[in-house]
Amino acid sequence: MAVSDSSSPSENAKAGGPNFVFNWVGRIGLAVILFWALVALAGPYLAPYPPGEIVDWDYFGPVSSQYWMGTDYLGRDIFSRIITGARYTVGISLAAVTLACTIGVLLGMIAAVAGGWFDMILSRFLDAYNGIPALLFGLVVVAAVGSSIPVLILTLTAIYMPGSYRFARALAVNINTMDFVTVARARGEGTGYLILREIFPNILGPVLADLGLRFVFIVLVLSGLSFLGLGVQPPNADWGALVRENIEGLSFGAPAVIFPSIAIASLTISVNMFIDNLPIRIRDRSE
Amino acid sequence: MTATESNTPLVSVRNLKIGAVTDSGREVEIIKGVDFDIAPGEILALIGESGSGKTTIALSLMGHTRTGCSIQGGQIRVGENDVTAMSRRARAGMRGTEVSYVPQSAAAAFNPSKRIIDQVIETTEIHKLMPRSTARAKAVELFRALALPDAENIGSRYPHQVSGGQLQRLSAAMALISDPQLVIFDEPTTALDVTTQIEVLRAFKSIMAAGGCAGVYVSHDLAVVAQIADRIVVLRGGEVQEEGTTDQILNAPHHPYTKELLAAFEPSPHQVIASTMDDKQEPILEVRNLFAGYGTVRKGEPPVKVLKDVSFRLERGRNLGVIGESGSGKSTLARAVAGILPAYSGEILMNGRQTHHDLAKRSKEELRRTQIVFQLADTALNPGHSIGSILARPLTFYHGLRGKAREARVIELLDMVHLPGNMRHRVPSELSGGQKQRVNLARALAAQPELILCDEITSALDTVVAAAILDLLKELQNELGLSYMFISHDLSTVEAICDDVLVMFKGEIVEALPALRMSDLATHPYSRLLISSIPKLSTGWLSSLEQDPELIAQFANR
Repeated sequence: MAVSDSSSPSENAKAGGPNFVFNWVGRIGLAVILFWALVALAGPYLAPYPPGEIVDWDYFGPVSSQYWMGTDYLGRDIFSRIITGARYTVGISLAAVTLACTIGVLLGMIAAVAGGWFDMILSRFLDAYNGIPALLFGLVVVAAVGSSIPVLILTLTAIYMPGSYRFARALAVNINTMDFVTVARARGEGTGYLILREIFPNILGPVLADLGLRFVFIVLVLSGLSFLGLGVQPPNADWGALVRENIEGLSFGAPAVIFPSIAIASLTISVNMFIDNLPIRIRDRSE
Repeated sequence: MTATESNTPLVSVRNLKIGAVTDSGREVEIIKGVDFDIAPGEILALIGESGSGKTTIALSLMGHTRTGCSIQGGQIRVGENDVTAMSRRARAGMRGTEVSYVPQSAAAAFNPSKRIIDQVIETTEIHKLMPRSTARAKAVELFRALALPDAENIGSRYPHQVSGGQLQRLSAAMALISDPQLVIFDEPTTALDVTTQIEVLRAFKSIMAAGGCAGVYVSHDLAVVAQIADRIVVLRGGEVQEEGTTDQILNAPHHPYTKELLAAFEPSPHQVIASTMDDKQEPILEVRNLFAGYGTVRKGEPPVKVLKDVSFRLERGRNLGVIGESGSGKSTLARAVAGILPAYSGEILMNGRQTHHDLAKRSKEELRRTQIVFQLADTALNPGHSIGSILARPLTFYHGLRGKAREARVIELLDMVHLPGNMRHRVPSELSGGQKQRVNLARALAAQPELILCDEITSALDTVVAAAILDLLKELQNELGLSYMFISHDLSTVEAICDDVLVMFKGEIVEALPALRMSDLATHPYSRLLISSIPKLSTGWLSSLEQDPELIAQFANR
């Protein structure tokens, strides 16, 4: 007994260290994300001008004390438009990524645990579905039913769910063969318990990392759809639409096209920074 | 070969200190000042449990440390070379030519996509020791000396085309091709079956005697070491506990730890509990004509058949041992009984009532009565849960316990397996191997089972820890009236805890024997071969062992 206890004190000291602390890169990422989340929530109250109102007779106006980020091709205030646009970009992407990952991860874990024909049919169906190019699929759906926010969210969910499914299934299949899952199964536990209590905690780290990446992809595809004119419809605009509207200003060096691009970049990069620097305790759980 | 004491030892290690830095930046001392000498032609064994530093010391003789570790003090001299003072390049030149290494897993040491001969003579090409044709001829000579079949052509095969025991001998040939002064054997027979181990040990012994080079034999198994070593160094926690000739260590140990090691090795025969059962009671487990296999079942039969026509009875309060070598189907038997792998034919009766083959169709009550404990303690515990919640789940699941009552029962369970109650707040990664296996037992006990299936539960543990687990099993049996089905490849563990023993070979039960008189009563040739292959704690065991070559050809997987 004394012998079997001998190695534990050294391991204690290691585990007792800081667990849920972010490093500074992660903190910067988190700060930028929180900033944009706040802006998305409070956008309309923060904007100095109504986003649709033409406030300047000069188009593609420069940065000034009156218009902090210049004005767009119609003379509307870009600062106000970015702040109100945050609601669309962040909101739609967040809703879509949450839906896609929840459905994908749940189905993936069920397929891994259930196996057999359920796994076979679902996996092959989603593989085939994955073969359709994302933007093409978006174009067809939006062309067929018209563009609205729920349609955009569901389209983006449909595009990104299969990837999430495959990712979660691959991880869960490995965990499913471990002895502790066998023990739980031999105890007589149902699929629900196996998935949520035995498997999910052990794939959480990679799934969170995947969620972050997928969020970034969704922001980019949403911006892409808006850039093609299929996303959020005028007079409202998300960041992708802002870039499209003002693309002609690029040759004048107008701030109207630069700042929305910076907004997209700052959000996607900070999400990546945050996900890559999750606390070790969360990341290492699945190793 | 024994103790030809010359004035200058071949190897001398003085006050060796090896340390490492952990991820959190803490410095750990692994080897805390070790001294020993090796005379030319002598074989020295380094003995100790996992974490005692035996492999670390052996590797340091080549001037090598594992990633993160470094030699922090002391001196190592091998022949003319002062290893600790050498440059990296000089050390690399020494490795393979003057000191060579035989690893534990030969399968992992060979490149699966290259022919064996090319890998065996690789050292001579790297160090430009001899022309290719000479090296090949020498390799064939070594193959012959190591008693490998078809020595001329075995080199042209790929690693997967030879057996595990042959591969281990081939890796010894790889080490010996350059005529080193010192060969390091790092647990070379640990992964092999007992019947295979004998052949490999014999080959090692004869070639070391003929070659006259010195050896370091790293092992945790005293009985194996007794056959091959001249002297033994007993290590624990990076310090030498005792050093002496093999005879002295085995017969007259001085240090209490050595005595403990020897005591753990001695099987303490199991005392049959005078059970109070009357004859009318049904056996707790009865298996009739069981067939099981892997793969999708088509036309009532799976493509890979493992268990063939297995029948046995386990009476209440008695313990049944199942022994056999790897691939004999003993773990599959446990899985089939537990319903994890549904059998495709035959009957499983628990308490006289027939149970369904598939656990999904068994009732909760049936499942509760039979619990299973696995070999690898750490993969059987969910790393994401605390010990408390791991033990709490079966309590809620089977007995509906919640809140205070459940917590009290968790503490009680931990106490039953001799762990402190506050361990329930820890996670599995913070526990040692022995502690994890105790938690696994406690989880099985939480169900209040009648039968526990123990699948090699002590095989991954150190001798002393394993002996403590066996004592615990006996104690629990006395208190709770459990029955065990105990699966193991290790005869002495089975002897220590079981009443009856089944010998399995290729998925069939070849013989059922009473545990106490196994060696006397065994009549089936395979059981006799298996029983005679278990190393004994005496230096002359291997040399005096005689086995029927026909039996070996028939049953041993060499």
